[in-house]
Amino acid sequence: MNAPVPMIEMRDVAKHFGSVIALSGISMKVHSGEVMCLLGDNGAGKSTLIKTLSGVHVPTHGEFLVDGKEAHFSSPSDALDAGIATVFQDLAMIPLMSITRNFFMGREPTRGWGPTRRVDWTFADRVAKEEMAKIGIDVRDPAQPVGTLSGGERQCVAIARAVYFGAKVLILDEPTSALGVKQASVVLRYIAKARADGLAVIFITHNVHHAYPVGDAFTILKRGSSFGTFRKDEVSREEVLNMMAGGAELESLDAELAEFQRADGNASGNGQAA
Amino acid sequence: MSTTASPTSQDKDERLAHVSPLKKALHRPEFGSVAGALLVIVFFALVASGTGMFSGAGVINFLEVSAQLGILAVAAALLMIGGEFDLSIGSMIGFAGMLIAIPAVQYGWPIWAALSFAFGCALAIGALNGWLVVKTGLPSFIVTLGFLFILRGVAIGIPRLMADRTQIGGVHDVIGNDWFAALFSGEVGEGFFLWLSEIGVIGTNFAGNPTVSGIPVSIVWWLGLTALATWVLLFTRFGNWIFACGGDKEAARNVGVPVNLVKIVLFMFTAFAACVFAALQVMDTGSADSIRGILKELEAIIAVVIGGALLTGGYGSAIGASFGALIFGMVQMGIFYTGVNTDWFQVFLGAMLLIAVLFNNYVRRKALEAK
Repeated sequence: MNAPVPMIEMRDVAKHFGSVIALSGISMKVHSGEVMCLLGDNGAGKSTLIKTLSGVHVPTHGEFLVDGKEAHFSSPSDALDAGIATVFQDLAMIPLMSITRNFFMGREPTRGWGPTRRVDWTFADRVAKEEMAKIGIDVRDPAQPVGTLSGGERQCVAIARAVYFGAKVLILDEPTSALGVKQASVVLRYIAKARADGLAVIFITHNVHHAYPVGDAFTILKRGSSFGTFRKDEVSREEVLNMMAGGAELESLDAELAEFQRADGNASGNGQAA
Repeated sequence: MSTTASPTSQDKDERLAHVSPLKKALHRPEFGSVAGALLVIVFFALVASGTGMFSGAGVINFLEVSAQLGILAVAAALLMIGGEFDLSIGSMIGFAGMLIAIPAVQYGWPIWAALSFAFGCALAIGALNGWLVVKTGLPSFIVTLGFLFILRGVAIGIPRLMADRTQIGGVHDVIGNDWFAALFSGEVGEGFFLWLSEIGVIGTNFAGNPTVSGIPVSIVWWLGLTALATWVLLFTRFGNWIFACGGDKEAARNVGVPVNLVKIVLFMFTAFAACVFAALQVMDTGSADSIRGILKELEAIIAVVIGGALLTGGYGSAIGASFGALIFGMVQMGIFYTGVNTDWFQVFLGAMLLIAVLFNNYVRRKALEAK
């Protein structure tokens, strides 16, 4: 048996919306210093699972353990208090606000007392700059609007913010799907770094090519239930991809893949290798 | 080879040196209105020189006009930065005026009680406005449009029902030496201006009194509220929450900002500002009138937009809104002093609004470009 207690564990969790069974029988363990990739096609139940993990939805039944202790979240702030931080794809940053103001949004450091109590922006600017430097993004001026950063850098600010405020579990909702190759790699590098720092990371994506390099384990969701969890040494990238699509569709998928490969071959034949 | 600069260094980053001060100023939301106000001053200094517009009394005159609008504009600015509108503030002025005058004149309440009653009701209606907006998720435009008509209707209906008229006068007769009323009437710094006239800095009129006897209390309210709103926006947690709510309320909620509370408080603040406006007017004129404050909600929005706030929320400044109100007051009085037909004031106002919106759009685009 596993000696260490999982940072986060779900046992037979289900979520129903009226007569719709959005999730059923989900069991999953994530340890500190581990990246669990949650893979699934559209409609597989990824969003419902994240929202259940982050306290937006209350599970219909099943157990939810954080650091070995049972937990019940009724709001996102409950989950935040328990050290579970969720970074949503589009809803993380406010473009017109400065990096510092975004970084400390909702948790502004203050100094002074009574009517002179004010936000310590000098301290906040310094921390924002330092934290961004730690993840390899050199911010020239933390007062510049977040909108001036690239998409990947924005995701990184959101993740750095979660880490700085003591997250033990990071849930990343499709952090790379809206990004180009270069920007996605910025985020992936940071995910690897968060793992090295001992965080438990749940990385939601439908892109196997992003998941495979950083993942330690892969849970595949299909039509609201778990198709299984696999350690990285048990599966290859292609097997993960096949399982995402599902056994019954394997044959047609094979044909599709062959078609993709042919197209890839054509593409790389026509253009220069990127 | 290390490519990252020392992160802990608080020294000026050498890559920032190239930004000229002008370009930096351009990125501030209030830039447009400050520049606009300077332009208007220069314009009237040339056109209206010798008309008395820039004499002591003339300055006080246009500042007073600016102050009345400015009080509303500052509150409307915070609300707009927070992502909402309040169209009911104009009607609130007429309504709150009645709430002061009717108890004081018809029922003989002491002025402080009538004022407290009016402020209490205004804050409650502001809270109701905000509560309806955050609970229903309806656009504040619609909710407060409803209150625009409700409050105006009540402000006309009640005095007509009780006294069969829409004007309640005689407030001056009942003020007495009320300490609360003193907050909304009279002038500040009379001794200082007397001294100024004695040493000859400002002139005296035929009766030997200084031409400027003091600063009207409305101007003090205006400056005070501007300073307070600026402090809140720039240096408090609540200020950061205002920006966050207007920028993206879901993102704000996700990180634990109490979005609903922030919005309700902002609606209460606009109602409060409208009530201050009403109190100043009732104390000044000694009467309340049902139709006071018509179109003030739109004038306030114009001042806020000239002040650099985005209609979509999340961006703007209280100082900008104050300068917007200053432009407003200067042009309104300037047109009077130069003898131009005042009909043209509205043309100017509309044109100013359009220019401001175009300029703001441009500034926002610039601000989001990689520097």
